Amino acid sequence: MSVQDAVAPSSGATEVHGPATVDRAHVDLALSSSKLRHHHRLTPYLFVLPYVALLGLFTLWPAIYGFYISLHDWDFMLGTKPFVGMQNYKNLFDETSTTYQPFWNGMKNTLTFTVVSVPFLVLIPLGLAVMLNRKFPLRTVFRALIFAPFVLGISVIGLLFTYLFDARYGLFNKILGWFGVPEIGWLTTQPWAWIGLVLVTVWWTIGFNAIIFLAGMQGIPVDQYEAADIDGAGKLNQFRFITVPGLRNVFIFIVTTTILASANMFGQAYLITNGGPGDSTRTAIMVMTEEGLRQFRMGSASAMSYMLAAFLAVVSVANFFVMREKK
Amino acid sequence: MSVQSNNPANTGVSQVTAPPASAADPDALEGTTANRPRRHRAYNREHNSPLFYVALSLIAMVFIVPVVWMFLTSFRVSEDTRAIPIQLIPRRFTLGAYRMILDPNSEAAGANPVPTWFLNSMIVATLGTVWNIVVASMAAYPLARMQFKGRNLLFATLIATMFIPGFIFLMPNYLMMDRLHWLDTIWALVIPGAAGAFGVFFLRQFFLSIPHELEESALIDGANQWTIFTRIIVPLSEPALVTLAVLSFLGHWNDFIWPLFVLFSPEKLTLAPGLATLKGAYVTDYPVVMAGATVAAVPVLILYVILQRYVIEGVASSGLKG
Repeated sequence: MSVQDAVAPSSGATEVHGPATVDRAHVDLALSSSKLRHHHRLTPYLFVLPYVALLGLFTLWPAIYGFYISLHDWDFMLGTKPFVGMQNYKNLFDETSTTYQPFWNGMKNTLTFTVVSVPFLVLIPLGLAVMLNRKFPLRTVFRALIFAPFVLGISVIGLLFTYLFDARYGLFNKILGWFGVPEIGWLTTQPWAWIGLVLVTVWWTIGFNAIIFLAGMQGIPVDQYEAADIDGAGKLNQFRFITVPGLRNVFIFIVTTTILASANMFGQAYLITNGGPGDSTRTAIMVMTEEGLRQFRMGSASAMSYMLAAFLAVVSVANFFVMREKK
Repeated sequence: MSVQSNNPANTGVSQVTAPPASAADPDALEGTTANRPRRHRAYNREHNSPLFYVALSLIAMVFIVPVVWMFLTSFRVSEDTRAIPIQLIPRRFTLGAYRMILDPNSEAAGANPVPTWFLNSMIVATLGTVWNIVVASMAAYPLARMQFKGRNLLFATLIATMFIPGFIFLMPNYLMMDRLHWLDTIWALVIPGAAGAFGVFFLRQFFLSIPHELEESALIDGANQWTIFTRIIVPLSEPALVTLAVLSFLGHWNDFIWPLFVLFSPEKLTLAPGLATLKGAYVTDYPVVMAGATVAAVPVLILYVILQRYVIEGVASSGLKG
């Protein structure tokens, strides 16, 4: 998603919502046609000053400083932090280095989780949004209910699902037992650990994407459906030829943010599987934070973070173009 | 909130990674249903089959049962949760788990001072939200309503930062906290939280939608910009401010990865990282673990029940731009 796209005047689905579509040209006109714009030259700068200071100190500067750190053998606990150039990055590609194996194992695990989770995290909310877009009693309550897990933090979710997944005392195996399924080692065997982590993530975040899909659906002009009705198109065809194309921008947004969110997975694996069994669910962020914020080898950890960011940038851009082309 | 909660610079509302388009319309969802009866007559004319209601009920169960189970377990006797076969209906109720984590004289109090964590979370989330709202609304006002050199540059920078993944900031901001002597203090959670771009973007969109007539007449009456901001813009923006406040509060309350690393003393933790140590200490003493989770869940669930509409509309507006 490019910067231009994010700020460009909205189109399609968003137009119906009115006030936000006041574009800059209109505002400029209103301001310049008003002879009353008498504020001191410095007034706007004073207003934005606190934010600009925070933005500079905690966003812009760190983004650059992090790269500077990655060029050093930066041990937080040691006084000297020698410059090593690209060595931390080279190590990530050197099989004999200590960071190679954990880093690529983490990257592989993150990729696995992303590939497995994203289809469910996109399609299940889409299905729910279709249901929510119909009229039924207690619709608002239902909508609030499916979003509710999202307001719980990952720590609550992590504790709760550790218990639910408990092989002997957990509710999941109890319920599955009613259907004759033998005891599953959710946290101790693969592929169950991955399935469990995907399940948790779906349960936790489903409402978020569903609400965004729903908002997108409600922005599709209703006369398109009416015309299709008159032409005798069935519900399935209406969904395929009106709803899906009408949600194109929403799809791009959801797929992009969901891929990024899955690639950022940390809390679920940290709390529920603790990276196990073995290191099979230890994600890239877990490896990075262990290296930088527990072992305090911040140079190599920063190099890892920039590598992961580079991967994500490529994936986001590729995803944007792939989804945009698909007509 | 969430999924991408590892941006220390965006602790407040870090879940929402993209700009809201119709953020200005707090009624985005409600409005469409309320104002367009025609659509619903036309589009929802069909009857829902019984199967539809069966599916709805099953889905509702999937979301209700785990939370109810957490709540019930917190009142159970520890041995009962380890009975084989599992007792679905608790036979005995006890407040033992709550006594364990809340009583300052219990054995848990030293290493796992849950009441202190609760208080810390309350302070961090409240201060963080107020700070976020003040900073974001002040920045959003001139971005929406004034002409000044650098405005477009600032706005473009702000949007661009939304595309930087949060984990990039972990290491350098940890060092920044160290330099400021904020490690292991609430300031590490409160102050950087307002550096996120979402709040500014969200409020700017809303401020743009406020008609100019009011401030023009205020200017004629000799009001200065600060007066216009505090007496006209802020009161008119209440829905947007409430939405941002509740999202920000939830974000701070639930933030996990950043406090997990910048706080270390048991008495300095907030609930989210605290629960991780509680889990480590009580492993399969599930009533205690579930009591801890319940203590952390209840405030946000209450907040959500009261302000549900603002939360959902805030989230809905974040995706409309697409």
